[in-house]
Amino acid sequence: MGALKSTPDPIEYADLSEKTGYSLKQIRVLHKRFRELSDGDDVLRREHFRCISSLKYNPIRVEIIEAFFNRRNFSPSHQGSADEIGFEEFLVVMSHFRPPSPKITDEQRKNIRREKLQFIFNMHDSDGDGLVTLEDYRHVVEELLSRSGALGKETAKAIADAAMFEVARTVGHKDPNEFYEGITFEHFLKLLSNFDIESRMNIRFLKSDVNPFCQLCC
Amino acid sequence: MATRGRSGFCRSLPELELLLLAILVLLNGTVLSLESASSSEIHTGEGNNTSKKPFPVIGIVYDEVSIPFEISLWVLLASLMKLGFHLIPRLSNVVPESCLLISVGLLVGGILKLARDEVPPVLSDRIFFLCLLPPIILDAGYFLPIRPFVENIGTILMFAVVGTLWNAFFVGGLIYGVCQLAQDTYSEINLGNIGILPCLLFGSIISAVDPVAVLAVFEEIHINELLHILVFGESLLNDAVTVVLYHLFEEFMESGSVSAVDAILGLVSFLIVALGGVLVGAFYGILAAFTSRFTSHTRVIEPLFVFLYSYMAYLSAEVFHLSGIMSLIACGAVMRPYVEANISHKSHTTIKYFLKMWSSVSETLIFIFLGVATVDGEHHWDWIFITATLILCLVARVIGVVGLTFVINNFRIVKLTTKDQFIIAYGGLRGAIAFSLGFLLHTDHKKIFLTAIITVIFFTVFVQGMTIKPLVELLAVKKKHEAKRSINEEIHTRFLDHLLTGIEDICGHYGHHHWKNKLNRFNKKYVKKILIAGDRCKEPQLIAFYHKLEMKHAIRMVESGGGSKLNSSFPSTVSMQNIQPKIQSPPSARPAERALPQLTKGREEEIRQILRTNLQRTRQRLQSYNRHTLVVDPDEEGLDDLILKKRRMMELDWKIKEMTNYLTVPHAQGSPTMSRTRMASDSQAYVKPGAKGVPSIQIDLASPQSPDSVRLLDEVGQDQGLTMSLPSSSSRAYKTGGKDDDRDQQKLLRCLSDPGPSADEDEDEPIPT
Repeated sequence: MGALKSTPDPIEYADLSEKTGYSLKQIRVLHKRFRELSDGDDVLRREHFRCISSLKYNPIRVEIIEAFFNRRNFSPSHQGSADEIGFEEFLVVMSHFRPPSPKITDEQRKNIRREKLQFIFNMHDSDGDGLVTLEDYRHVVEELLSRSGALGKETAKAIADAAMFEVARTVGHKDPNEFYEGITFEHFLKLLSNFDIESRMNIRFLKSDVNPFCQLCC
Repeated sequence: MATRGRSGFCRSLPELELLLLAILVLLNGTVLSLESASSSEIHTGEGNNTSKKPFPVIGIVYDEVSIPFEISLWVLLASLMKLGFHLIPRLSNVVPESCLLISVGLLVGGILKLARDEVPPVLSDRIFFLCLLPPIILDAGYFLPIRPFVENIGTILMFAVVGTLWNAFFVGGLIYGVCQLAQDTYSEINLGNIGILPCLLFGSIISAVDPVAVLAVFEEIHINELLHILVFGESLLNDAVTVVLYHLFEEFMESGSVSAVDAILGLVSFLIVALGGVLVGAFYGILAAFTSRFTSHTRVIEPLFVFLYSYMAYLSAEVFHLSGIMSLIACGAVMRPYVEANISHKSHTTIKYFLKMWSSVSETLIFIFLGVATVDGEHHWDWIFITATLILCLVARVIGVVGLTFVINNFRIVKLTTKDQFIIAYGGLRGAIAFSLGFLLHTDHKKIFLTAIITVIFFTVFVQGMTIKPLVELLAVKKKHEAKRSINEEIHTRFLDHLLTGIEDICGHYGHHHWKNKLNRFNKKYVKKILIAGDRCKEPQLIAFYHKLEMKHAIRMVESGGGSKLNSSFPSTVSMQNIQPKIQSPPSARPAERALPQLTKGREEEIRQILRTNLQRTRQRLQSYNRHTLVVDPDEEGLDDLILKKRRMMELDWKIKEMTNYLTVPHAQGSPTMSRTRMASDSQAYVKPGAKGVPSIQIDLASPQSPDSVRLLDEVGQDQGLTMSLPSSSSRAYKTGGKDDDRDQQKLLRCLSDPGPSADEDEDEPIPT
């Protein structure tokens, strides 16, 4: 995907607004932030993300950063990961976190749900093969518990095992000889069917301007 | 009630109850009237003053015990009533308890009035505000579900503050207008004489939604959490508004004039009352948390600290005319996560039980007294005033809710639908607080005000209380979601929190995830270290949740039939060996690990026998604010050892079973899992040499067996004749000195029976992750 011109005019914004559903004002705000993060550059690289100081404490920062470079999040048909992303890709990734408008049909709600869950699934599935294996899941849990030190490691394994077990049970594997390689996306959907992700996975842009004090350390 | 004989007995029981009740009430009445008799002793001899009085063998000395005696009689009456209602199932399904209790109060009041022509002033404001109200509020505050409360705090505050203000001014103002229109100089009480200020005062009293009534009614209808917390939260927080308005208008009435400065002072006063109350509560809460850190040697008085500090918070707030209710809520909510990490399991249970008991009795008494006081009070029934008040209250509530929702929905992700609005409006019940405040009035029109207040209370409690349940059914409002949290959902909840925080950081938007995260980090780093004893402060929620889940599984599994059924009660035939990537598994290893440890039939039988003899009901988790479903814990006296043993047996059984199922991906040699699988095939307890003990939780299904359970195995082996042979390495485990035993035992007890209150729904942190 080509990088955008350095100053996209409103026509491009309108395009992006169509595509991602953000309003023009929000896109402008995000563009400003993009330029802040990228030091005026046209593209963002992983180092830029690592500069964000408050992200340091986040146990899953690696996954989050990776998610921005994961081509599958740009559009479902792509594969692999990019080394640098332009503003359009940034916006597309951010659009996964847009709150759904209040009046949507059930069909639309299901689609939004799928989208958001697909995003999370891609975050778990680090090698991009469409399966979340036990190793992947264990890694996730370990990271979540990474701030508890030694206590975390052992129990992380157990928790991941238990979770995986539960998945297998929910999905209903009957034949003990069959290998259960990993969670597919359909299983993932079924697993989190009670989880109201469409109302939880949202960032609200109430204020019209980004916080000027959000620091970058480098 | 299976057999006919039993059902016959039970059918006669309510009648027996009612008979007893009637006797009691009559006793009450007669005793109370006897009290007025001044003589205190019955002489057995002649009433001759000069001659020597014979020694009084029997005497009646009532004066000295009259007050406690009466109090006890009332409480007994209340409790018997409660018993009675629940024995008549059809009645308690149709009519909410509050209505029945008020009716009983009316009845009792009527009887007393007939008997003595006067009714004891039971609902005096001091009794109400100092004794009856605090337990209910503390119960609500201690078990307040923090997460939904904080998520909806904006909405709740809007309803509480703006809604109540709107109600007060609307009702007060319009009732003044009605009075002016309807004035009739020839009637007994000229409505036109009621000035605007008394009307506003009246409006402010009647406009507040009452937490007691709301609790009483909403508990029985089980609506979804959102609506419950909205109405309930509003009823709690509007206390500050009510206090301020009440004092404000009272002051204005005394001074006679209102100025702009006074209005501004009123606003400032509101902020002080609300925030001050919260601060006072938080202060006492922190004190309580800090105190509980040192109570490890005197476990018995732990609950006392909780109750005392909370009560002190309430009283201190009342001293300064701050909002006592908010102070109590803040105290309970602040101290809970820390106190529960510190106190023993038994204290935790004690606190739960006592709070529920007191609040239950309190509520019952309040409603009964309401009935009694109705009979007692001087009333003046004025059709116009009262009907106008009623209609205005309802209209004001509806307009207020609709208008506010319209504004609020712009800021909410999960919008409030029309159905929600209806329930919120309909659930605005008035209760005893309004009555007591009315009682405190000093105006000339007290009688008419009081009558109107009582009418509104009766209307809301009876009519709205009775019809809300069928309406909820009719409108198909979402009920409480009784789902079991799966561990995947829990993992993803945490994951999502971190993800959203990260995204907020990336786009530079300091949203509430960011601040929540900061607060949690602060909490973890500093606050927990100070307020929580020992190393329990390191226990993250996910782990606690997981352990609790495993415990539940273990208990449930054993309940469902003991040892031999273990394999079949696990419906799936998936074992962990299947859950592995295709590439890595060395196929040859599979059959070896797959060999399930074959418990011989004999051993299975033994295990099953032991478990069956000590079978006990599953300990259910307490629904935070449902008073009626507190599941009775099994006999706790004297069964401690037995329970402990049994639990450990269950654990062991579970572990043996799990060891086969949780055989994880076969790693390289020497990995813990490998050695575990090898040893597990012997179906024996083992101790992984050199296992570093998990700091706070001893029973950890992932980590190797703790020395404790190994010790138990031996002990049980000796007691029950179980012939499980321990590996020799277990002798290494007997290092635990006698001193540690207590502590370990306690830890075990703590986590076995109730694995940490922090596993309670997201209640661990003040703003939970």
